[in-house]
Amino acid sequence: MTHHLDGNVLAGALSEVFRSDVTAARGRCGGCGRTAPIAEAMVWTDAPGLVARCASCDRVLATVVDTGDRVILSLAGLSAVELRR
Amino acid sequence: MSAQPADVASPPRPRVSWHTGTVVETRRETPSAVRITLDVPTWPESPAGAHLDVRLTAPDGYQASRSYSVASAMPAGQVVLAVDEVPEGEVSPFLVHDLRPGDQVELHGPLGAFFVWRPGRSTRPVQLVAGGSGVVPLYAMAAAHGAAADTVPFRLLYSARTPADVFFADELAALAGPTLALDLVYTRAAPDGWADPVGRLTRDALAARTVAAEQRPHVYVCGSTGFVETVARWLQDLGHAAADIHTERFGGL
Amino acid sequence: MSFVTRGFSGRRREADPRLPPGQTLVQDWPVLSAGPTPQVDTADWEFTIRDETGADHRWSWDELLALGVEDVTVDIHCVTHWSRLDMAWRGVSLDKVFENVESEHEYVMAHSYGGYTTNVPLEDLLDGKAWIATEADGGPLDPEHGGPARLLVPHLYFWKSAKWLRGLTMMPDNDPGFWEQYGYHLYGDPWKEERYW
Repeated sequence: MTHHLDGNVLAGALSEVFRSDVTAARGRCGGCGRTAPIAEAMVWTDAPGLVARCASCDRVLATVVDTGDRVILSLAGLSAVELRR
Repeated sequence: MSAQPADVASPPRPRVSWHTGTVVETRRETPSAVRITLDVPTWPESPAGAHLDVRLTAPDGYQASRSYSVASAMPAGQVVLAVDEVPEGEVSPFLVHDLRPGDQVELHGPLGAFFVWRPGRSTRPVQLVAGGSGVVPLYAMAAAHGAAADTVPFRLLYSARTPADVFFADELAALAGPTLALDLVYTRAAPDGWADPVGRLTRDALAARTVAAEQRPHVYVCGSTGFVETVARWLQDLGHAAADIHTERFGGL
Repeated sequence: MSFVTRGFSGRRREADPRLPPGQTLVQDWPVLSAGPTPQVDTADWEFTIRDETGADHRWSWDELLALGVEDVTVDIHCVTHWSRLDMAWRGVSLDKVFENVESEHEYVMAHSYGGYTTNVPLEDLLDGKAWIATEADGGPLDPEHGGPARLLVPHLYFWKSAKWLRGLTMMPDNDPGFWEQYGYHLYGDPWKEERYW
């Protein structure tokens, strides 16, 4: 059994990239179209990086790789992210 | 552009940054957990349910960081954590056994804008469902609700192994009353004379001891991944809308 | 602004000349996963090499094992800073698997059940440097460690040793796999600390 957490755990890493907390933002899965708060994604943390997957279809929505002096972020699996002003 | 009534406008978000926390006190919370009170003069006001990352650095530069929910950020400048030991873990055994008053740790936060509760934002009731140490952010919400004298009905269903494993037992008992209904389920051992069966939370017990779906409560569920997924599925079976169920899983930290 | 927290040392770190830079010796075997663990029965398992003509070379579980399983003792180095030394494996050498595969292409994309991918130059899979591993630590590979079969390329960081291996595709160029797209090094030599882009 492998453990996954949820998108809440992305808050720390993503706070270095975004001005506002994006875990409450809604994102649209580029695969199945599910639109839900990032906090509801499934996040695998026991990996070389953080891997956020769609809770409906498992597609990889986002990855975060922490190199120490850099953060490498992919949002390639999200077709859109809605940020509140 | 839409105008928002002033009373529901979002407060300015606390800026996420690094803080130095100095341990004021550590004390046994349960047989496997400690309560850590930290002096953090730079900590901004943070919503109940928020978490932070604790980062530890070894003399040779090695670093490890883990996320913990904030149990209390009141009064200002003081942060309380409750850390359950994961026996094979790297950070939690240190925090539980080795941390002493005067020690300093790095804190990154406050984090999380989804699994939080703020008073005055909604008139709908709130149902909290906790598994084990998952009660920590939910205790923070119940305490914030009490401190704000918020009149929205709150109910906490808390699944714990034994009476000794209940986090914030005295504080929860003091909060329980007209605006906080407290329901405990014991999975291994109950106090003498406990009327309910001892064992894992069941769907029927969940249905009997939570705010009914017809009342459209905001539901917050926190616990292990297995607990959260089971409870969230049952809640949907009971008629709660997925959008009303906020979940937070904790893992092998 | 980092400072040392009194008394914290983290997991015990030992110096050993066989450890590449930045690595820590572990005795256990940490489980890393980027997604759900596929459950693949050996009766359903199939391994495929696709060459540049689009032709598939296929092996069932029994056909793979019939190529000859050998004992291998190697060190493994995970990019998340842990290493295990003298780890006992059993598997089929990729030299045997490639014996009857003709390809002009110099690069390989490994594909896993569950969708994981990783890229490896073909020469890093040949001449006794890589295996399709079916056993470790004296028993069949658990699903959480990549069973029924995983790639074993011990001279590269362990993310190259794809779990739940289902096939290899020959490529003309060194296209990046999963972690290689998301920030990890295209090659991944632990002795040169080729961790990230």
